[in-house]
Amino acid sequence: MNPKTYHHISSNPSSVKSRFTRGFLRAFKKIKRQQRPYLYGRVKIAADKSLALAVGSRRAWSRALLWKIHYKAWRQRSRFNNKKKLLKENKKNKKNKKKKNDDEEVGFRHAKELRKLVPGGEAMDLCSLLDETAHYIKCLITQVQVMKSVDQIYSF
Amino acid sequence: MSSRRSRSRQSGVPSITDDQISDLVSKLQQLIPEVRSRRSDKVSASKILQETCDYIRSLHREVDGLSDRLSALLASTDNNSAEAAIIRSLLM
Repeated sequence: MNPKTYHHISSNPSSVKSRFTRGFLRAFKKIKRQQRPYLYGRVKIAADKSLALAVGSRRAWSRALLWKIHYKAWRQRSRFNNKKKLLKENKKNKKNKKKKNDDEEVGFRHAKELRKLVPGGEAMDLCSLLDETAHYIKCLITQVQVMKSVDQIYSF
Repeated sequence: MSSRRSRSRQSGVPSITDDQISDLVSKLQQLIPEVRSRRSDKVSASKILQETCDYIRSLHREVDGLSDRLSALLASTDNNSAEAAIIRSLLM
Protein backbone atom coordinates (compact mmCIF):
# COMPACT_ATOMS: atom_id res chain seq x y z
CA MET A 1 0.00 0.00 0.00
CA ASN A 2 1.28 3.43 -0.92
CA PRO A 3 2.36 5.25 2.27
CA LYS A 4 1.10 8.56 0.90
CA THR A 5 -2.50 7.36 1.02
CA TYR A 6 -2.34 6.94 4.81
CA HIS A 7 -3.31 10.56 5.40
CA HIS A 8 -6.52 10.21 3.43
CA ILE A 9 -7.64 7.03 5.12
CA SER A 10 -10.77 7.48 7.18
CA SER A 11 -11.08 5.83 10.55
CA ASN A 12 -14.77 5.22 10.00
CA PRO A 13 -15.49 1.69 11.32
CA SER A 14 -17.15 0.30 8.17
CA SER A 15 -14.24 1.17 5.92
CA VAL A 16 -11.86 -0.12 8.58
CA LYS A 17 -13.75 -3.41 8.38
CA SER A 18 -13.23 -3.94 4.65
CA ARG A 19 -9.58 -2.85 4.76
CA PHE A 20 -8.95 -5.13 7.72
CA THR A 21 -10.67 -8.06 6.02
CA ARG A 22 -8.60 -7.69 2.90
CA GLY A 23 -5.32 -7.27 4.75
CA PHE A 24 -5.99 -10.08 7.19
CA LEU A 25 -7.05 -12.55 4.48
CA ARG A 26 -3.96 -11.71 2.48
CA ALA A 27 -1.71 -12.33 5.49
CA PHE A 28 -3.64 -15.47 6.42
CA LYS A 29 -3.17 -17.03 2.98
CA LYS A 30 0.50 -16.09 3.06
CA ILE A 31 0.94 -17.87 6.39
CA LYS A 32 -0.75 -20.94 4.98
CA ARG A 33 1.50 -20.89 1.91
CA GLN A 34 4.76 -20.50 3.78
CA GLN A 35 4.11 -23.29 6.32
CA ARG A 36 6.61 -22.03 8.88
CA PRO A 37 6.33 -22.89 12.58
CA TYR A 38 4.56 -20.96 15.39
CA LEU A 39 1.28 -20.56 13.53
CA TYR A 40 -0.65 -19.15 16.49
CA GLY A 41 1.82 -16.30 17.01
CA ARG A 42 1.80 -15.50 13.29
CA VAL A 43 -1.97 -15.42 13.02
CA LYS A 44 -2.29 -13.19 16.10
CA ILE A 45 0.37 -10.80 14.80
CA ALA A 46 -1.28 -10.76 11.35
CA ALA A 47 -4.62 -9.89 12.95
CA ASP A 48 -3.19 -7.02 15.01
CA LYS A 49 -1.00 -5.71 12.22
CA SER A 50 -3.82 -5.76 9.65
CA LEU A 51 -6.09 -3.96 12.10
CA ALA A 52 -3.56 -1.24 12.84
CA LEU A 53 -2.79 -0.79 9.13
CA ALA A 54 -6.51 -0.64 8.29
CA VAL A 55 -6.97 2.18 10.79
CA GLY A 56 -3.93 4.03 9.52
CA SER A 57 -1.65 6.50 11.23
CA ARG A 58 -4.31 8.98 12.33
CA ARG A 59 -4.97 7.21 15.62
CA ALA A 60 -2.41 7.12 18.41
CA TRP A 61 -3.31 3.57 19.39
CA SER A 62 -2.81 2.17 15.87
CA ARG A 63 0.57 3.91 15.61
CA ALA A 64 1.57 2.52 18.99
CA LEU A 65 0.40 -0.97 18.03
CA LEU A 66 2.40 -0.95 14.79
CA TRP A 67 5.44 0.33 16.64
CA LYS A 68 5.09 -2.41 19.24
CA ILE A 69 4.85 -5.11 16.56
CA HIS A 70 7.91 -3.86 14.71
CA TYR A 71 9.83 -3.42 17.95
CA LYS A 72 9.09 -6.97 19.05
CA ALA A 73 10.16 -8.36 15.67
CA TRP A 74 13.34 -6.32 15.82
CA ARG A 75 14.05 -7.46 19.37
CA GLN A 76 13.59 -11.05 18.33
CA ARG A 77 16.09 -10.63 15.52
CA SER A 78 18.56 -8.90 17.86
CA ARG A 79 18.17 -11.59 20.47
CA PHE A 80 19.27 -14.00 17.80
CA ASN A 81 22.44 -11.94 17.58
CA ASN A 82 22.78 -11.83 21.39
CA LYS A 83 22.10 -8.15 22.11
CA LYS A 84 20.26 -6.64 25.11
CA LYS A 85 18.30 -3.34 25.09
CA LEU A 86 17.14 -1.55 28.26
CA LEU A 87 15.83 1.56 26.49
CA LYS A 88 12.17 0.57 26.60
CA GLU A 89 12.10 0.07 30.39
CA ASN A 90 13.67 3.47 31.10
CA LYS A 91 11.27 5.31 28.82
CA LYS A 92 8.25 3.65 30.40
CA ASN A 93 9.15 4.74 33.96
CA LYS A 94 9.59 8.40 33.07
CA LYS A 95 6.23 8.70 31.29
CA ASN A 96 4.28 6.88 33.99
CA LYS A 97 5.21 9.42 36.70
CA LYS A 98 3.97 12.38 34.70
CA LYS A 99 0.55 10.97 33.90
CA LYS A 100 -0.23 9.69 37.39
CA ASN A 101 -1.01 13.19 38.63
CA ASP A 102 -3.73 13.70 36.06
CA ASP A 103 -5.46 10.43 36.80
CA GLU A 104 -5.43 10.83 40.58
CA GLU A 105 -6.62 14.41 40.56
CA VAL A 106 -9.71 13.55 38.56
CA GLY A 107 -10.24 10.52 40.75
CA PHE A 108 -9.80 7.80 38.15
CA ARG A 109 -7.86 4.98 39.67
CA HIS A 110 -8.90 2.65 36.89
CA ALA A 111 -7.28 4.89 34.30
CA LYS A 112 -3.98 3.25 35.19
CA GLU A 113 -5.32 -0.14 34.25
CA LEU A 114 -6.82 1.24 31.07
CA ARG A 115 -3.49 2.71 30.06
CA LYS A 116 -1.95 -0.73 30.13
CA LEU A 117 -4.71 -2.19 27.95
CA VAL A 118 -4.86 0.40 25.19
CA PRO A 119 -1.76 0.50 22.94
CA GLY A 120 0.15 3.68 23.60
CA GLY A 121 -2.03 4.47 26.58
CA GLU A 122 0.87 5.20 28.92
CA ALA A 123 1.83 8.32 27.03
CA MET A 124 -1.60 9.89 26.59
CA ASP A 125 -3.35 12.53 28.64
CA LEU A 126 -6.66 11.49 30.15
CA CYS A 127 -8.85 13.06 27.48
CA SER A 128 -6.98 11.43 24.62
CA LEU A 129 -6.98 8.15 26.51
CA LEU A 130 -10.76 8.08 26.76
CA ASP A 131 -11.17 9.11 23.14
CA GLU A 132 -8.70 6.54 21.85
CA THR A 133 -10.29 3.87 24.03
CA ALA A 134 -13.69 4.39 22.43
CA HIS A 135 -12.25 4.03 18.94
CA TYR A 136 -10.08 1.10 19.98
CA ILE A 137 -13.10 -0.79 21.33
CA LYS A 138 -15.05 -0.25 18.10
CA CYS A 139 -12.14 -1.59 16.06
CA LEU A 140 -11.62 -4.58 18.36
CA ILE A 141 -15.28 -5.49 17.88
CA THR A 142 -14.78 -5.31 14.10
CA GLN A 143 -11.69 -7.50 14.39
CA VAL A 144 -13.62 -10.14 16.33
CA GLN A 145 -16.52 -10.09 13.84
CA VAL A 146 -14.29 -10.55 10.81
CA MET A 147 -12.16 -13.27 12.41
CA LYS A 148 -15.31 -15.15 13.41
CA SER A 149 -16.56 -15.03 9.81
CA VAL A 150 -13.23 -16.25 8.47
CA ASP A 151 -13.24 -19.05 11.02
CA GLN A 152 -16.78 -20.12 10.14
CA ILE A 153 -16.10 -20.14 6.44
CA TYR A 154 -12.82 -22.01 6.66
CA SER A 155 -14.19 -24.70 8.92
CA PHE A 156 -16.99 -26.23 6.89
CA MET B 1 -12.49 26.57 32.29
CA SER B 2 -13.48 25.05 35.62
CA SER B 3 -11.53 22.33 37.26
CA ARG B 4 -11.38 20.49 40.55
CA ARG B 5 -7.66 20.97 40.51
CA SER B 6 -6.15 23.10 43.27
CA ARG B 7 -2.47 22.50 42.65
CA SER B 8 -0.61 24.72 40.25
CA ARG B 9 0.05 23.34 36.79
CA GLN B 10 3.11 23.69 34.65
CA SER B 11 2.70 26.33 32.00
CA GLY B 12 1.94 25.01 28.52
CA VAL B 13 -0.06 22.02 29.80
CA PRO B 14 -3.76 22.45 28.92
CA SER B 15 -6.16 21.79 31.80
CA ILE B 16 -8.98 19.32 31.35
CA THR B 17 -12.56 20.35 32.05
CA ASP B 18 -15.00 18.18 33.90
CA ASP B 19 -17.48 18.54 31.05
CA GLN B 20 -15.03 17.17 28.51
CA ILE B 21 -14.38 14.17 30.68
CA SER B 22 -18.01 13.38 31.45
CA ASP B 23 -18.69 13.72 27.72
CA LEU B 24 -16.04 11.17 26.84
CA VAL B 25 -17.08 8.87 29.65
CA SER B 26 -20.70 8.84 28.49
CA LYS B 27 -19.45 8.01 24.98
CA LEU B 28 -17.71 5.00 26.48
CA GLN B 29 -20.87 4.06 28.30
CA GLN B 30 -22.70 3.73 24.97
CA LEU B 31 -20.17 1.19 23.75
CA ILE B 32 -20.07 -1.25 26.61
CA PRO B 33 -22.97 -3.72 26.57
CA GLU B 34 -23.28 -4.26 30.34
CA VAL B 35 -23.40 -0.62 31.25
CA ARG B 36 -25.45 0.53 28.25
CA SER B 37 -28.63 -1.20 29.39
CA ARG B 38 -28.43 0.28 32.89
CA ARG B 39 -29.03 3.78 31.59
CA SER B 40 -31.09 4.52 34.73
CA ASP B 41 -29.61 7.60 36.35
CA LYS B 42 -25.92 8.07 36.41
CA VAL B 43 -23.48 5.25 36.44
CA SER B 44 -20.33 6.37 38.19
CA ALA B 45 -17.37 7.13 35.96
CA SER B 46 -15.23 4.82 38.01
CA LYS B 47 -17.63 1.95 37.31
CA ILE B 48 -17.62 2.73 33.59
CA LEU B 49 -13.83 2.67 33.48
CA GLN B 50 -13.84 -0.60 35.36
CA GLU B 51 -16.30 -2.13 32.90
CA THR B 52 -14.26 -0.73 30.00
CA CYS B 53 -11.13 -2.50 31.23
CA ASP B 54 -13.04 -5.77 31.67
CA TYR B 55 -14.62 -5.44 28.23
CA ILE B 56 -11.29 -4.79 26.50
CA ARG B 57 -9.79 -7.77 28.27
CA SER B 58 -12.64 -10.01 27.16
CA LEU B 59 -12.28 -8.77 23.56
CA HIS B 60 -8.55 -9.55 23.71
CA ARG B 61 -9.37 -13.03 24.95
CA GLU B 62 -11.81 -13.53 22.08
CA VAL B 63 -9.21 -12.49 19.54
CA ASP B 64 -6.68 -14.84 21.11
CA GLY B 65 -9.18 -17.70 21.02
CA LEU B 66 -10.01 -17.01 17.37
CA SER B 67 -6.30 -16.85 16.45
CA ASP B 68 -5.97 -20.22 18.14
CA ARG B 69 -8.80 -21.74 16.10
CA LEU B 70 -7.57 -20.25 12.84
CA SER B 71 -4.02 -21.50 13.37
CA ALA B 72 -5.38 -24.95 14.23
CA LEU B 73 -7.35 -24.86 10.97
CA LEU B 74 -4.24 -23.94 9.02
CA ALA B 75 -2.33 -26.76 10.60
CA SER B 76 -4.92 -29.43 9.90
CA THR B 77 -6.67 -28.76 6.63
CA ASP B 78 -5.66 -28.84 3.04
CA ASN B 79 -7.47 -25.88 1.49
CA ASN B 80 -7.18 -24.96 -2.13
CA SER B 81 -7.46 -21.58 -3.73
CA ALA B 82 -11.09 -22.08 -4.69
CA GLU B 83 -12.08 -21.55 -1.07
CA ALA B 84 -10.10 -18.33 -0.93
CA ALA B 85 -12.12 -17.06 -3.86
CA ILE B 86 -15.36 -17.96 -2.09
CA ILE B 87 -14.30 -16.12 1.04
CA ARG B 88 -13.35 -13.07 -0.97
CA SER B 89 -16.69 -12.92 -2.71
CA LEU B 90 -18.67 -13.49 0.48
CA LEU B 91 -16.90 -10.89 2.57
CA MET B 92 -16.45 -8.03 0.11
